[in-house]
Amino acid sequence: MSARLLEVEGLRTHFFTQAGTLKAVDDVSFAVDRGRVLGLVGESGSGKSMTGYSILGLVDPPGRIVAGSIRLNGTELTTLGASQWRRMRGNRIAMVFQDPMMTLNPVLRIDTQMIETVRAHHDVPRAAALDRCREALVQVGIASPDERLQGYPHQFSGGMRQRVAIAIALVNKPDLIIADEPTTALDVTIQGQILHEMQRLCRESGTALLWITHDLSVIAGLADDVCVMYAGRIVEAGTVDDVLDNPMHPYTRGLLDSVPSSNTPGRPLSQIRGMTPSLLQLGEACAFRERCSRAVDSCRTAPPVRVSGGRSLRCVNPLA
Amino acid sequence: MNAAPALLELRNVSKRFERRLDFAGRLARRLGANLRETTVHAVDDVSLSVREGEVVGLVGESGCGKSTLGRVVARILEPSGGERLWRGRPYAQYEGGDSRSERLAVQMIFQDPFASLNPRHRIVDIVGEAPVVHGLIPRRERDAFVARTLERVGMDATLMRRFPHQFSGGQRSRIGIARALAVNPRFLVCDEAVAALDVSIQAQVLNLFIRLREDLKLTYLFISHDLGVIRHVSDRVVVMYLGRVVESGPTAQLYAQPNHPYTAALIEEVPRIDARHRSYVPIRGEIPSPLAPPTGCHFNPRCPHAFERCRAEVPALREVAPGRFSACHLNDVPRT
Repeated sequence: MSARLLEVEGLRTHFFTQAGTLKAVDDVSFAVDRGRVLGLVGESGSGKSMTGYSILGLVDPPGRIVAGSIRLNGTELTTLGASQWRRMRGNRIAMVFQDPMMTLNPVLRIDTQMIETVRAHHDVPRAAALDRCREALVQVGIASPDERLQGYPHQFSGGMRQRVAIAIALVNKPDLIIADEPTTALDVTIQGQILHEMQRLCRESGTALLWITHDLSVIAGLADDVCVMYAGRIVEAGTVDDVLDNPMHPYTRGLLDSVPSSNTPGRPLSQIRGMTPSLLQLGEACAFRERCSRAVDSCRTAPPVRVSGGRSLRCVNPLA
Repeated sequence: MNAAPALLELRNVSKRFERRLDFAGRLARRLGANLRETTVHAVDDVSLSVREGEVVGLVGESGCGKSTLGRVVARILEPSGGERLWRGRPYAQYEGGDSRSERLAVQMIFQDPFASLNPRHRIVDIVGEAPVVHGLIPRRERDAFVARTLERVGMDATLMRRFPHQFSGGQRSRIGIARALAVNPRFLVCDEAVAALDVSIQAQVLNLFIRLREDLKLTYLFISHDLGVIRHVSDRVVVMYLGRVVESGPTAQLYAQPNHPYTAALIEEVPRIDARHRSYVPIRGEIPSPLAPPTGCHFNPRCPHAFERCRAEVPALREVAPGRFSACHLNDVPRT
């Protein structure tokens, strides 16, 4: 069995709205190996969440995957039918969302929700399913699982709810977990606990993790590889050390420089001028050129993806 | 220390929120139901002084009372106990027409740039309403005044007839700042003013705060859960945990050598760009409910160094080094 788990190639997810075609994801390619953590980082509207939804087949009309392939263990996902998707979701691929209150059903007890997840995919008796649920709760660091299983979501704190959501994602031992900003709503000390659990789980079980976030510093601590997205495209990708120590795309550089902790306290922060362009008006040209300090004439044509030494870059005038 | 009174001072300020039982609740209690009136000590005996021109960062996790304290400072909430002083005199002495400008001197900037602007008002009304109502400018000069204020926060004044929904998050933040600046404040309470923004936009707005401070000689109480932001903008940092101040001190010293175990844990937990592939060693436990805080030091159930006295006695906030205050019993134990 090869180590390559997920391969996304040339993915394009477009939304056909009255105002025009919105290219939320535009020619995105990346791969995740077993047991690795890939960070997908970008600002709001960069298409990072929509990339996650596309992998899970959760794009609703007027959106649609118009091109590209997504393969999990060699199985093409973009052509799956509804019943095949039902066997895939929650079983081989699971997702953890930002807001655990939206994921958990407020009127069902935790045990009901978890057992349902297990028995949707495996023909096991209720007692055996319950054992698995208990085990998953212990895995995510919940101290008294039996008591917690009897509870309702509103009886849990935010951090605890997110742990339960992660436990539900884990309960069928999926190959891949897609986590969409799972710690953004949490406090620093609770975020630390959740990151700790996720890191340990990936190491122990070989589950691959696609971590979607706007926070580069979370990626720095957690991920092995990183893809930086801007306006629907991956502008730079590579190992975390390479990309963060030696960013080559002016956008990555700008993002790193605008983090307060990399600036001298009290001095003006380096900032990227302007704001994110509307996804409706994107052409083939580099979407960052209006805000870029290194823009040249050739930025008006589609920048080619250059791959060298495990890094990929979409820029005609990169930093050294 | 100079002898001039602080611009703003809080003395032993507390804010309690009480939930009284309604009629049905009282009746149920008569009949033997286990119902009680609940009290949350959102802010518990906090003293704070801010000198003119200083930026004080107030940091803590959700439920620690930092926003409530900000609202008490900005007169949005009345404290349940304690005193608020402005230029050495109690807030209450600034009633009446003459002290209007002093009453307007503290303004607040809110967290959510979407919820804090009236969606049915044009920008010119949002920014121009307060100065006209308070008689700072005549109505006919309103548009020119709004244009100047918008330019001050880096916005195109020709957009003033638009509605809030026509602006991006970063622009709305600027509108919120312009609204606060419109009444010539001396002191801004910024409650998570950049938390909802993307990193590149956050940098722009933080730069605006830094520039305005220099241009207008403003004083800030900067409330945030983001230790990186606080470190960048603040001269002095105050750390709160469950309604109490646990530590305060000059920013650089506090980050380099935190005294309180909670501060140390907070600083340790912050993800950093330069900390790669780190093994997270989290502090255990949850933030306790403010409805039923632990006895003694509120942090004792999560503290790795807690001992007997921490569970029994509330530690007082004491000066542990010049300018450094900490509320921890460990400071009484000889270090080995």
